[in-house]
Amino acid sequence: MAGTTAPERAGTSKGGGTLYRGDLGMWSWVAHRITGVLTFFFLFAHVLDTALVRVSPDAYDKVIETYKNPIVNLFEVGLVGAVLYHALNGIRVMLVDFWAKGPRYQRQMLWAILGVWVLVMIPGTYFMMVRTVSDLFGGH
Amino acid sequence: MSELTLARPRTPRRPAARRNNFELYSWLFMRISGVALVVLVLGHLFIMNILDGGVHRINFGFVAGRWASPFWQFWDLAMLWLAQIHGGNGLRTVINDYARKDATRFWLKVLLYCSMVLIIALGTYVIFTFDPNITD
Ligand code: HEM
Repeated sequence: MAGTTAPERAGTSKGGGTLYRGDLGMWSWVAHRITGVLTFFFLFAHVLDTALVRVSPDAYDKVIETYKNPIVNLFEVGLVGAVLYHALNGIRVMLVDFWAKGPRYQRQMLWAILGVWVLVMIPGTYFMMVRTVSDLFGGH
Repeated sequence: MSELTLARPRTPRRPAARRNNFELYSWLFMRISGVALVVLVLGHLFIMNILDGGVHRINFGFVAGRWASPFWQFWDLAMLWLAQIHGGNGLRTVINDYARKDATRFWLKVLLYCSMVLIIALGTYVIFTFDPNITD
């Protein structure tokens, strides 16, 4: 089971055992756990705010207005980044578990998903922020 | 020869593992739901936050336009249920890992399960009863 439970000392660096604690693989698991929990908490708030469509168009539009605030907009970029990492790393975990060569390439796959993450986040951040930044500095 | 009574030294302190495959199915579910969530969640984030002006074009009318289509209703319903069960099951593992006292563990899980039921019920209700002419 790749990282379902808290890491144990899987061996030591001496004697050729695999060192898990402090290794990059451990940090990829830590980040997976943090991003998953963060997303779950956001989802709680997000379903509540969307439920306002059952109250009135006005109530909904008011709460959605807060998402368009520049600071909150920045948090959205962070949230998308967190979910994107969790999704990409989740695919990597599945490949490690189900693909025969997965365990052998787990480290290369980590670098690959980090590369994909950067490549997606650069244009993604741009499109999420253009309107906000031009409203702030461009004037009308 | 006097009888030496020792508590059976190798007796595990915790009760024997439950004799069912719950944890196996839970492990499998995390992976199967993960595949579906890649499409549902990343698609949702792309459409809502990046495409065509992103969050700035979202308002009541935008939601009404989307939920006029059964396709997006089903998309959002599936995403709601899968994300709640996947995330909730993930959080159950996190609670099992870090809660030290049985009582803490128990109450954190009660809180977790209540929040899952609340969010799934509320979200499902909203998707099925959405009324674009609510103010009329
Ligand atoms: C977008 C697609 C997603 C994929 C591919 C994915 C994949 C996975 C996988 C494979 C695991 C199991 C990891 C393991 O057993 O070591 C996992 C755990 C988890 N996921 Fe997701 N997930 C996705 C979306 C989400 C969402 C939307 C949430 C929140 C609502 C979430 C919350 C969690 C949590 C809390 C865990 C437990 C973390 C842990 O035990 O360390 N995931 N995810």
